[in-house]
Amino acid sequence: MAVKAQSRLDAQRLRADFPIFEQLIHGKPLSYLDSAVTSQKPRQVLDAMRTFYETSNANVHRGVYTLSERATAEFEQARQKVADFVNAPSAREIVFTRQATEALNLVAYAWGLNNLGPGDLVVVTELEHHSNFVPWQYIAKRNGAELRMIHVNDEGELDLAGLDELAKDGEVKVVATNLVSNALGTINPVEKLAEWAHALGAIMVVDAAQAAPHHPVDVQALGCDFLALSAHKMCGPTGVGALWGRRELLESMEPFNLGGHMISKVRFEETTWGEIPHKFEAGTSPIAEAVGLGAAIDYLNAVGIAAIEAHEQELAAVALERLGEMPGVVLYGPPADRRAGIVSFNVEGIHPHDVAQVLDSEGVAIRAGHHCCQPLMARLGVAATNRASFYLYSVPEEVDRLVDGIDKARRILG
Amino acid sequence: MAAEDLYREVILDHYKNPRGHGVIEGADAQAEGVNPLCGDEVTIYVQFADDGETIDEVKFNGRGCAISQASTSMLMEMVKGRSAQEIAELPKEQLLEEVGIPLTPIRLKCALLGLGVLKVALHRAKGTPLPEEWAGLDELELS
Repeated sequence: MAVKAQSRLDAQRLRADFPIFEQLIHGKPLSYLDSAVTSQKPRQVLDAMRTFYETSNANVHRGVYTLSERATAEFEQARQKVADFVNAPSAREIVFTRQATEALNLVAYAWGLNNLGPGDLVVVTELEHHSNFVPWQYIAKRNGAELRMIHVNDEGELDLAGLDELAKDGEVKVVATNLVSNALGTINPVEKLAEWAHALGAIMVVDAAQAAPHHPVDVQALGCDFLALSAHKMCGPTGVGALWGRRELLESMEPFNLGGHMISKVRFEETTWGEIPHKFEAGTSPIAEAVGLGAAIDYLNAVGIAAIEAHEQELAAVALERLGEMPGVVLYGPPADRRAGIVSFNVEGIHPHDVAQVLDSEGVAIRAGHHCCQPLMARLGVAATNRASFYLYSVPEEVDRLVDGIDKARRILG
Repeated sequence: MAAEDLYREVILDHYKNPRGHGVIEGADAQAEGVNPLCGDEVTIYVQFADDGETIDEVKFNGRGCAISQASTSMLMEMVKGRSAQEIAELPKEQLLEEVGIPLTPIRLKCALLGLGVLKVALHRAKGTPLPEEWAGLDELELS
């Protein structure tokens, strides 16, 4: 590993680990300010996946031959790395999925479908990504349960004052929230919500897709029951994510996908399910991708999650200050010290897509849209926002380029 | 692509001074559509001449990115005085030629939103054919 743990990170040096930055976009260096949607991948991760394919590739948990044993060992080692990364009591509580979305669907279907009914309440937040909103909305409706929402205040932080009101006239069975909002960067008080959920006898489901890349994730400290993450947002490959679930809950649940590997005994009359986590991993898993996720976790640990978070908050603070000084720029979300490295904004009179297009011509990649958060956009009274998001390879000059690009957009379109 | 190629003078002119912007109360034909990607929204109103076929008056309102609003504005100028059937058959390439800027597949949806909405409006009022990609969509959603 080329990188060492340190309290401050050297983004310029880390940047050299990412081959994507070796190219020009429209003749200009790439300034990638869209890591909240997917991160770039370091050589260490790409090499780990290539090495796996070149030296260990075989299906897992099947063959008796050496390669299959090697592949299985690497796959299970990756599971252990995920378990350690989120401080899970046991690697058996880690289920590999395609991404956080599938992990959340797994909980909504395999737990929700069998435990929700009329009179039950499912509580989500206004900050949810559609992936932790739509499955609950769907399953609640299907089972006759009611969906309720924790609203945000004007700073884009959850308003917990009305919690007791929310729990009236029904039985709260599920509380679902993200740990970090992908649209605004808000860091949510999951511990408090978990306490509230458990006092009511509900389960606490956490979408950590936006937290895991740069915020400590400790399922025991959070006190949650389920937690989902995606590899691709944390320097890992697309196609793999993970669900952590409390062992007794996972054991009590029906399976989600059915097929090979997840069974114990298959007879014509009946099939019995395998042990956790295999019960939830039907079919061939994303094996090389899981190995890539393991390598990504090694990479993040070597840099240090605390250092990554501090670095991003520094950049976000500068960006918020610089953008705040620009006339006609509206900022959304909480102050820099209470958010991840995500800056959502609008430029008065210019549609976010036009801002993003002008920035692209300068080699600066930002997101423009509803960020899969339409209920939140409705609350903010906008159709879309611009979003710049930072990561461990972001450097201060990129904030300058962002500001210059917005200036250019205003000259052209203002 | 340089931003100046995309946001050329004529696009900016139509964006900042849209032609045919407004509402026709009690319009003969009307439809609205959104492009969920940008959140562009366009509603188009059509008034036919006495022959019930010629587009006598056409207006639009909505909000969205410069490309969607400018191309709809250009569309308003293109279709006035022409027959519903003619517009139903109008190839999208003709509007794109008018718009005249290089568009990525994503921005193409912005540029074609207005045309799609107009075709749906005519389809509803006159039963003119809809291009396959827009058929069956009551509330146009180009995703």
